[in-house]
Amino acid sequence: MLRYANPTRFLQLSSALVPWLGAASAALFAIGLYLGFRVPPDYQQGETVRVMFIHVPAAWTAMMGYGLMAAASLVGLVWRHPLADTAARAAAPLGALFTALGLVTGSLWGRPMWGAWWVWDGRLTSFLLLEFLYLGYIALWNAIEDEARAARVCAILALVGAVNLPIIEFSVDWWTTLHQGESILRKGGPLISSVYLWPLFTMALAYTFLFFTLWLLRIETEILRRRARNALLAEGP
Amino acid sequence: MSAILFRDVRLAARAGGSAMLALAFFAAVATLVPLGVGADLRLLAKIAPGVLWVAAVLAALLALDRLFQADFEDGSLDVVALAPPSLEATAFAKIAAHWLTTGLPLTLLSPLLAVMFGLETSGALFVSLLIGTPAVSAIGAIGAGLTLSIRRGGLILPLIVLPLLAPAVIFGAGAAQEVAGALPLLAAFSLVACVLSPFATAAAVRLNLGS
Repeated sequence: MLRYANPTRFLQLSSALVPWLGAASAALFAIGLYLGFRVPPDYQQGETVRVMFIHVPAAWTAMMGYGLMAAASLVGLVWRHPLADTAARAAAPLGALFTALGLVTGSLWGRPMWGAWWVWDGRLTSFLLLEFLYLGYIALWNAIEDEARAARVCAILALVGAVNLPIIEFSVDWWTTLHQGESILRKGGPLISSVYLWPLFTMALAYTFLFFTLWLLRIETEILRRRARNALLAEGP
Repeated sequence: MSAILFRDVRLAARAGGSAMLALAFFAAVATLVPLGVGADLRLLAKIAPGVLWVAAVLAALLALDRLFQADFEDGSLDVVALAPPSLEATAFAKIAAHWLTTGLPLTLLSPLLAVMFGLETSGALFVSLLIGTPAVSAIGAIGAGLTLSIRRGGLILPLIVLPLLAPAVIFGAGAAQEVAGALPLLAAFSLVACVLSPFATAAAVRLNLGS
């Protein structure tokens, strides 16, 4: 692992991996979407059940993104490694994007299902808060000019957020049961039939590969940007 | 540590201090709400716990960006950081001072506003603010530490701090409505925030001091 903490070695590995990851992601998307359109409509949700294949993996990826960002932040804070800082920074906009995708698709699914674009449902609300956490992180990073300092400061924010996220999740769930009763989402819910599980897992894998492809690309770009800047600075006026 | 506490409280209480400002802001926000939603006392009584909690959080945020900034700008924070008491202890004193000059006065004012909102009993609201506002000061201090070196840090601070404060508002407003189980959860959140925050705050301040 530490072997690849060297930016040059990382670049070698990453540029070898990215085409494969990207191709795997595209193939899985094709299979997943095909399977998703072939499943029979749900007896309750009808055709809208297909939104699930886009929506649920986006939400999973968004949560994975925060986990990876927090892990990279911890590594960056403890071992002071610039590559980990770069990785954490690169994960944030992706996480924000996937969270937004989850929110939008959730809203599109909610309109026919719940009869409203937005419902103060526990999961929707905690995802909105997750989106704000991502946006705050990005805003904080952009506001601090000194990049090394920005990395450390944002790492603390990411870790504070990681500690607080389960509490937020719990409090929002607690709040939802308080306000809503169990009118819309029954606890336990109907078990997902295995017909729907295959496309769901295929799409989840596709999303995960897509995230890693974009993540590695962003880290590569950032490393190259720094090198270009340093080369420019070394050259002088 | 107590010297910092008393100094900060004195500074906030005297000319241009933030204590009165936060209090006035709290009252002003609470006054605007009936103007916005109408003067129906039953409706106001229903939304009062939530509205007053949100107003209290916003008022506490108002004074936060100056928590370390003034000392940072005139250099006294560097001296404090080098002094024998650990920066964690200093951060705790700062949080306590912030609470004494915002959270506590807001809590003391809340029964008056509760009457204006038509709440029949303000005891639950009072207790929930008393127990919950330290969490607001504690988590806010992390944000103040993180945004210390940013010139317009006051703009970015709410975006960072508000999502983290969601549990405080949820449990706080719940406790103010005397929902079963809300008060212990609020107390737990507040205690955890007050214990963990000084470490995160001190780490953030240390980074921004450049050591």
